[in-house]
Amino acid sequence: MTDKLRLANVTKHFGTNRVLDQLSISVAPGEVVSFIGASGSGKTTLLRCINLLETIDDGSIHLDDLEITRVGVDANPIRRRVGIVFQSFNLFPHMSVLRNTTLALTEVLGNSREEAESTARTLLARFGLADKFDSYPDRLSGGQQQRVAIARALALNPEVLLLDEITSALDPELVGEVLDVVRELKGSGITLLLATHEMGFAREISDRVCFLANGTIAESGHPEQIFGDPQDQRTQQFLARVINSGRLN
Amino acid sequence: MPRWDRVKASFFDGERLVDSMPRLLEAFVLDVKIFAWTTPAILAVALLLAIARNTRNPALFPLRIFVIAYTDVMRGVPVILWIYLIGFGVPGIGLERPWNSPLLWGSVALGLTYSAYVAEVFRAGIDSVHESQRAAARSLGLSSAQTMRHVVLPQAIRRVVPPLMNDMVSLQKDVALVSLIGPIEILRQAGIDKSKFANFTPYVGAALVFLAITIPLTRLTDWLLTRERERTGSSRVR
Repeated sequence: MTDKLRLANVTKHFGTNRVLDQLSISVAPGEVVSFIGASGSGKTTLLRCINLLETIDDGSIHLDDLEITRVGVDANPIRRRVGIVFQSFNLFPHMSVLRNTTLALTEVLGNSREEAESTARTLLARFGLADKFDSYPDRLSGGQQQRVAIARALALNPEVLLLDEITSALDPELVGEVLDVVRELKGSGITLLLATHEMGFAREISDRVCFLANGTIAESGHPEQIFGDPQDQRTQQFLARVINSGRLN
Repeated sequence: MPRWDRVKASFFDGERLVDSMPRLLEAFVLDVKIFAWTTPAILAVALLLAIARNTRNPALFPLRIFVIAYTDVMRGVPVILWIYLIGFGVPGIGLERPWNSPLLWGSVALGLTYSAYVAEVFRAGIDSVHESQRAAARSLGLSSAQTMRHVVLPQAIRRVVPPLMNDMVSLQKDVALVSLIGPIEILRQAGIDKSKFANFTPYVGAALVFLAITIPLTRLTDWLLTRERERTGSSRVR
């Protein structure tokens, strides 16, 4: 099977700081890959590069057979195929939940208002937000806002969805409802890439877990292997710290 | 020391006030007209200037430089100087009627200067919209123009309504400066009446007319500010 995503030697600097260092990975269609690692290890930057919100300094990223990082490639059609959900939700505060979800449908895909709203209503209802269509983001809990953000990203029916620490800004009791949504997505054919601190969840949902250190993949493998029998010393140290802080259940 | 009855006779002569007021109000219609036609032009030009200054397309760099120079020059020179320069100057280069009207060019001068001030207000509003909002919009495939139109501007404009109102109160008063190049609006009418009666009451009358407009506008601005603070949810610290 051909790869859905292929990153080759991706390098990214912020000033003199090398955030991604010759990072390479291939992801199969429908695969669920989690990126774990300390803060600053490059997880978020990696996802933002795949969505073309950041430009890379070296290397290449392919989506199917298209090199999306080549100079001159229009980012907008790529972004329709690769959605992203942010840690801080980033909902549009001046729009209702429904309008947040239909905006890209009407403006980017050119759907009619009715068409877009029917798509959005179905998606929002699927995520338990049927009674929130007309609410504004400020009036929702963090968990509800993040579910809206996921619905908004899914409205364009992307082939790849990037989830950037989507539960990190949530109160602990709200994490579950958001993770349930992600569980539901697995197996729907969509390719999922997660940057996460939820080790238990990464272990449960991932087909593959990658441990990032210093902007590169230090170790990757089946979740049981990474969490049960890590080989790289840095992975071992990282997981030991996580276990000590009680984050691995 | 001047006696109160002298002050009263010179500034607060009720009879003179009643006599002048109809003429003042009639002249004030011109102030309102100037205000009414300059305001939409100012808002439109200012918004375009702010968007141009905010553009991130490297090819439009010269446009950004032009906008920066324009706002610097327009804001750096007193309004009255622009009114003299443009309002007297341009009709003086030999334009035919109706294009030689000081009223027209005085309004243009007001519009040009105020658009520079108001552009800075819009720019502050655009800058205040968090980068993550743009990231979210762009990540959905919206172009930068669509992002500006649907995501950035609606939030930016909402936030700058109070400072915008402040500039409008200011403009409403500065309209009177156009009188200095000829058109008979309220300030000039008050001056005529003052000379005729050798009494300052018409000026006081004109001041009252301005206050009748600017005080409600100012209160409205305050109210909008308070409402904006409440809407954004930041509760007051005791």
